[in-house]
Amino acid sequence: MRNSFWTHIDWALVLVYLVLVVFGVMNIYSAEHAEGISIFSGSLNSGQQIRWIIASLVLAVIVMLVDGRFFITFAYYFFAGMMLLLVLTYLTAPEIKGARSWLVLGGIRLGQTSEFAKFATVLALAKYLDGFNISLKQTQTRLVILGIIMLPVLLVLLQNDTGTAIVFFALALALFREGLPAWVIVLPVVLGAIFITVLLLGFVNMAIALSVILVLLVLLVLSFKLDRKIMWFSIVAVVVCIGFSYGVNYAFNNILKPHQRTRINVLIGLEDDIKGAGYNVHQSLITIGSGGLSGKGYLQGTQTRGDFVPEQTTDFIFCTIGEEFGLLGTASVVILFVFLFVRIILLAEKQKSRFARVYGYGIVSIMFCHFFLNIAMTLGLFPVIGIPLPFFSYGGSSLMGFTILLFIFIKLDASMKYYF
Amino acid sequence: MKDKYANRAVSIIAIITILALVIVSRLVYIQVFAKEYKQFAEQNTRSKKTVIPTRGLILDRNAKRLVSNETVYDLVVVLKQTKEFDTTALCQILKVEKSYLRQKFAQFRAESRYYTPTVFLRELPAVVVARLQERKFDFRGFYVKARIGRRFEYPVAAHVLGYLGEVDQKEIEASDGYYELQNYIGKSGLEKQYEQVLRGKKGYEYTVVDKFNREIGSYANGEFDIAAEPGKNLTSTIDVDLQAYGELLMKNKIGAIVAIEPSTGEILAMVSSPTFDPTMLVGRKRSEFYPKISTDPNKPLYNRAITGMYPPGSTFKPIMALVGLQEGVITQNSRFPCHMGYTIPGLHVGCHSHVSNLNLIESIAQSCNSYYCHTFRNTIDQQKFADTEEGFQNWRNYMLRFGLGQRLGIDIPNEVSGIMPTVEKFDGVYGEGRWRSSYIISLAIGQAEISLTPLQMANMTAVIANRGYYYTPHLVKDPIINEVTRHNTGISEENFNIVVEGMAEVFRTGTARWYALPEIEQCGKTGTAENPHGEDHSNFIAFAPRQNPKIAIAVVVENGGFGATWAAPIASLMIEKYLTDTITRPHFEQKMLEKDFIHVADTSQVTPHAQ
Ligand SMILES: [Zn+2]
Repeated sequence: MRNSFWTHIDWALVLVYLVLVVFGVMNIYSAEHAEGISIFSGSLNSGQQIRWIIASLVLAVIVMLVDGRFFITFAYYFFAGMMLLLVLTYLTAPEIKGARSWLVLGGIRLGQTSEFAKFATVLALAKYLDGFNISLKQTQTRLVILGIIMLPVLLVLLQNDTGTAIVFFALALALFREGLPAWVIVLPVVLGAIFITVLLLGFVNMAIALSVILVLLVLLVLSFKLDRKIMWFSIVAVVVCIGFSYGVNYAFNNILKPHQRTRINVLIGLEDDIKGAGYNVHQSLITIGSGGLSGKGYLQGTQTRGDFVPEQTTDFIFCTIGEEFGLLGTASVVILFVFLFVRIILLAEKQKSRFARVYGYGIVSIMFCHFFLNIAMTLGLFPVIGIPLPFFSYGGSSLMGFTILLFIFIKLDASMKYYF
Repeated sequence: MKDKYANRAVSIIAIITILALVIVSRLVYIQVFAKEYKQFAEQNTRSKKTVIPTRGLILDRNAKRLVSNETVYDLVVVLKQTKEFDTTALCQILKVEKSYLRQKFAQFRAESRYYTPTVFLRELPAVVVARLQERKFDFRGFYVKARIGRRFEYPVAAHVLGYLGEVDQKEIEASDGYYELQNYIGKSGLEKQYEQVLRGKKGYEYTVVDKFNREIGSYANGEFDIAAEPGKNLTSTIDVDLQAYGELLMKNKIGAIVAIEPSTGEILAMVSSPTFDPTMLVGRKRSEFYPKISTDPNKPLYNRAITGMYPPGSTFKPIMALVGLQEGVITQNSRFPCHMGYTIPGLHVGCHSHVSNLNLIESIAQSCNSYYCHTFRNTIDQQKFADTEEGFQNWRNYMLRFGLGQRLGIDIPNEVSGIMPTVEKFDGVYGEGRWRSSYIISLAIGQAEISLTPLQMANMTAVIANRGYYYTPHLVKDPIINEVTRHNTGISEENFNIVVEGMAEVFRTGTARWYALPEIEQCGKTGTAENPHGEDHSNFIAFAPRQNPKIAIAVVVENGGFGATWAAPIASLMIEKYLTDTITRPHFEQKMLEKDFIHVADTSQVTPHAQ
């Protein structure tokens, strides 16, 4: 019986995982290597990452060996435990690069607990939605789900790790699949657009523009004798928008810290600061852009060798791929990720339990959010918020966190096929 | 387990795909279509390093090294790389004042030289270099940088060789991008004249650097590197032994010696006195030494051999004789009376006491003024000329053919033309058509308006030695880098032979008879130039041997009195030294070495200077 269990594993997912992880460590080595030092050397991040890969594989095997129902049964315990760890981390963590995200016990860095909070949160969410007669149309359900998501968000924000906090909101994608109305996703996009427009045009111009649109709408409704409801709805919408614009304007000028303002300004092109906040992105674009179609060759990147991009083994690992493997490399990585996401979605749709399906969508949401924001950040399409590229970026917690995230799904998928 | 929201899977896959396409299209744009990132990457990582080639050596005519190269160490600073450091300790090691450090840092900041390595202190002594190496971690951002400096092998010929200095803004602008700040360039003498030959050609190496500008390898395997071309050695015409001897003889005297090989125009020695030790103008000694010599009232930096101007006095008489002979106004046998000078109503040019009615050869030997007043007037007042102006212009043309009144074109900078008055000059003084040859009679004996450089005097001597022509006097014999032309006077060789006989007589029975040498027939002419500012200048011109002359020489000793007393023995000693490499008359040498005009003059009167 045991032997046949392994045949139910989706080996395609495992293979993509292995390709990404191995390619990742190759790029980490490239970003920091020096003549004559092996990729396995413990003095390099790549050597460390290889140890994390081994540890992750061990974790993956353990996940495979555990009974699939264990994750369902103990979902809330995982969640509760992880939340406690987040609190503990916040209370005890030393400040590293402005954030308190490292759990340190007896002087040993155990890990960034927020990386492990992700799978626990997805488990809890899946477990809750798997409950009898739960519908996202109910306000109570929505509130509970908001609670499940906001708890880790707040704890992570307390640790001053904004990037990771943003990622939890990506779970809206999984909730959309489960029946959450589309506006839950559309609204933030619209608000984001207003946010940027306000910063670009200024509050007064924005208010004038919105008012003009409102007057035109009212005239349109009156002259064509359309339903008055549209008019009232428009008036309310525009007033809300103006209010929101004012809020953005106020928040931007009075609440955000100067360095955050600068980052946003650089992003939307209001500031051209290639020596300061824009330096990372500028160098990142040079590095990727100079790779051309087929790249400069492995270990041949001049930007990479010259160490022009900060954080190149972690948040900016995509630069190395861009420089040394060119468009062929970057596009292949994007395609691999998209394959991974689509395959998980298709598998999730086949799941017999809502738990497994929600879990599948949940991890796609989180991994996609990481994938998109990380690459968008290196391409200057999004502010530098410091979140890793799944499976690529150097870092034990991140790699192990994503491994568990993925392999629980593989396990759920395999045991479903095995049992039914 | 299908449910009513199952179709949303499609929307989600669509969202993921669309956003992935946004990324891919952005990647296609920046990686394939945008060119600027590739250029930025090049700029980022390619560092152009200038390779300064070794400078050519300067050799003497016998291939002895006069100027060579040595490695010197400068302290360079990269402002942005400096951390807080113990300024007191650094100043102590370098032996500089703290104010120097403050001033330099302020200057570099003002010039915003934050990232470029900038010279902080030049020419560190070996001890200081060692001390700095020991403590290099205490002074981050400071580097000891090796550079090729100049070394003078002999402490002579400072004016001829010249020295190097940092380029100034004007030189950078004039160089069409060749020089950069803090490069070295020849500032005077041969170093300046032959800068382009000596310096070679800078090379460039492209290296790949990291963001701290640290080299991490060569760029494109050196494909774009341009190799530096080393500078060429320069063989000068100077004979360093003769030069050193000349400087020795001129010690404590003000004046100049120029010795030329007549058959080629090569300059064998060029002495300007007082001179200075060129080794003192190198490196750190320079800052201390330069202000001292540049303010010295005797102007040691000034090359009197080509910028000093002196009335030639009686050394001019052989030229006057040649013009007279060529014009046919005198012959070898012409005699003119002299009773203590030349006297006409309203004019008297004095002469010393000698038997009257000398012929041409005797007039040269005895240096009779009256003889040349007659000759000069007869030359100018010839029947064939319509007026004095025309006669004078004819005479002046001869002077130009001897290279007088114009730059000879020697291959070091700052040569002056001397003064040979023009028709216009006398028209201006007396009015057009209103002056006569008697008004300008002083020219006949090399006085008044006429001024020559010692180089011009030596060159006209070379013309006589050659019996009629000269080659542009020069310090570097290399037809490629320095073209030399032959100039003819148009005066016949027979006429020269007559004058040469007279000049030989000077050493036999004439004004320099004490300095004759048994083995070498010397030909010369004394000159005592009246100096309105003080004691007369002692001049002498000579060449030897009479047949196939090997050396033509002019000596000027300012305020030396009679030409026969100082200039003549110095010239004769130089000739003997050059032709035989021995000194058979140590008593003369002794007398020359002992004579001190400068320190005596210092206490008695202010030393006048040639213009
Ligand atoms: Zn006389």
